[in-house]
Amino acid sequence: MIFFKLIVTNLRRHRIRSLISVAGIAFSVSAMLTVVTILQGAIGMFSGILSSDSEIIVFERNVSDLFFSNVPATALEEIAGWPMVRRADPVLFGIVSSADHPIITCFGVTADDARIRKAIWIQGDRFAFGQHSDDVVLGERAAEFLGARLGQQVPIGHGVFHVIGILKTANGFEDGGVFMPLSSAQSFFHKEGTSSVITVKLRGKDDAALFNSKVKEKFPDLIALEDAEFTRSYSQFKILKATAWAVGGCGLLLGGLGVANTMIMSVFTRIREIAILRVNGFSHVQVAGMIFGESAVVSLLGAALGLLTGTCLLVALKEVPALHGYVDVSVQPVVMVIVVLLALSTGIAGALYPAAYAMRIRAVEALRFE
Amino acid sequence: MNSLVLETKARNSIVLSAEGVWKSYDNGAIAVLKGIDFEAIEGQTTALCGPSGCGKSTLLHLLGGLDSADRGRVSVHGVEIDRRFNRLRFLRHEVGFVFQLHNLIPDLTLEENCLIPTVAAGTDRRIAQERLLQLANRTGLTHRLGHRIQKLSGGERQRTALCRALMNRPKILLADEPTGSLDEAASVAVFDLLLDIVASENVTLVMATHDRNLAERCDRLLEMHDGKIHEVEYAR
Repeated sequence: MIFFKLIVTNLRRHRIRSLISVAGIAFSVSAMLTVVTILQGAIGMFSGILSSDSEIIVFERNVSDLFFSNVPATALEEIAGWPMVRRADPVLFGIVSSADHPIITCFGVTADDARIRKAIWIQGDRFAFGQHSDDVVLGERAAEFLGARLGQQVPIGHGVFHVIGILKTANGFEDGGVFMPLSSAQSFFHKEGTSSVITVKLRGKDDAALFNSKVKEKFPDLIALEDAEFTRSYSQFKILKATAWAVGGCGLLLGGLGVANTMIMSVFTRIREIAILRVNGFSHVQVAGMIFGESAVVSLLGAALGLLTGTCLLVALKEVPALHGYVDVSVQPVVMVIVVLLALSTGIAGALYPAAYAMRIRAVEALRFE
Repeated sequence: MNSLVLETKARNSIVLSAEGVWKSYDNGAIAVLKGIDFEAIEGQTTALCGPSGCGKSTLLHLLGGLDSADRGRVSVHGVEIDRRFNRLRFLRHEVGFVFQLHNLIPDLTLEENCLIPTVAAGTDRRIAQERLLQLANRTGLTHRLGHRIQKLSGGERQRTALCRALMNRPKILLADEPTGSLDEAASVAVFDLLLDIVASENVTLVMATHDRNLAERCDRLLEMHDGKIHEVEYAR
């Protein structure tokens, strides 16, 4: 108890300095949590698009981005006929633009695609989808920012399309996207006879390994991955995740420097006190433990405050109309644990030099000269 | 008993000793101790007198294992304080320090300050509390246990420092001008208390002081000058 009091006493002595350090860690934790959660939410949504009523995705091997993937229709036909396959749906991804919105995701899908079947149709008739080449269905948010209503003509890219439906999904990408019949999308993006991916639903989950090896054997230019594996291995996701952690890590590094500064000052201003503790039998380890304990308290307080502010920020961001569907407020426990551990490690790292300095203090000199 | 027996008995009860101890600072530029020979017998009170800078504090630091001699040998119970000496155990269990400035931690209470050595030594909390109450009772600080150091008078602070030094029941007490920052009345009161406790607990006291009157109340008075013990007077 007294040992803990020795730890917090010094933090209380220099309240402003301690608060600034806590704020530094809190800011870093908050930034890391926000960035990582938003990006993981985005990745989750993108995975959600791919895994809609399917468990395997087939795409062109060695492409850097699914938008550049070309899966021939012949492959689709053959795969759809394999006995272990319940469904095989082609999806063509494209980017289109309108006057005020340079990037709108376009999904070329068939009429019985799960994305069309399972969405909530706010306006329009699902069974009308795919009957005319210039028909499009808009996601709710896309309809909002395009200012489009059912039955209207909307300019998209170099074409003008007829809005036959507006649908609502839980997925921000889909909600902000445009759905075209596959053939129309192939023509629009000059990708006749191909799709970007095939999403596959198997009859039994145990068939996945067999399916994957069969794709490898029959179509060497294609690769089949289970959804979870795809999310783990897709290079774009990896880059995004790495970027998120790197950005957060830089924030924590700055926070750690703040802690280091605080701890150095803390040691410098209590040299005599440390000397007294040494004279009274404190070991090097106990002195270092006191310094590390101080930084750990700062880090944990900062982490707690950061988690709180970060979560509040995410909740606030979720309410921003433009980000509707993009922000997943449910922070993953593993992210929280990692963020707290990183904050703690940063604090401990920041206390390394101060603790080493404190351990080197010679009681006799501190007592003689101060 | 013949003189040989007496000599042997005294030798066996030597608690602290320094033999030909030299100590200098600034790479030898300032020689503080110049071949000091010293012995402290168990339960004896020894006063080191002398002008400022004569090496009293330095000798106390060497005897307490806080510093190392350049040359010579400092021993505790016949064991030389060197690299192999367990200084931590010595500081925790065998020696207590009282300084001119009380050196208490101002943000802690009297009780918490006194318990610091027991925290360092990992003493059982119940035992530590019992000892604290015993010492607080003897020093008249029981009613001040929960008070912060800033609230205490100079005499109370020095009595607190005395309590802290004795918490782990050390057999050696090294006091460096323990009453130097007190007025005469408080100084006498604290010193009376100090002598009373060390006598009742059979503690060996080595005290550096400028106060000749206090020094003469010790069993031995050693005069230090120019880094040497020049003369030995037996006050009693």
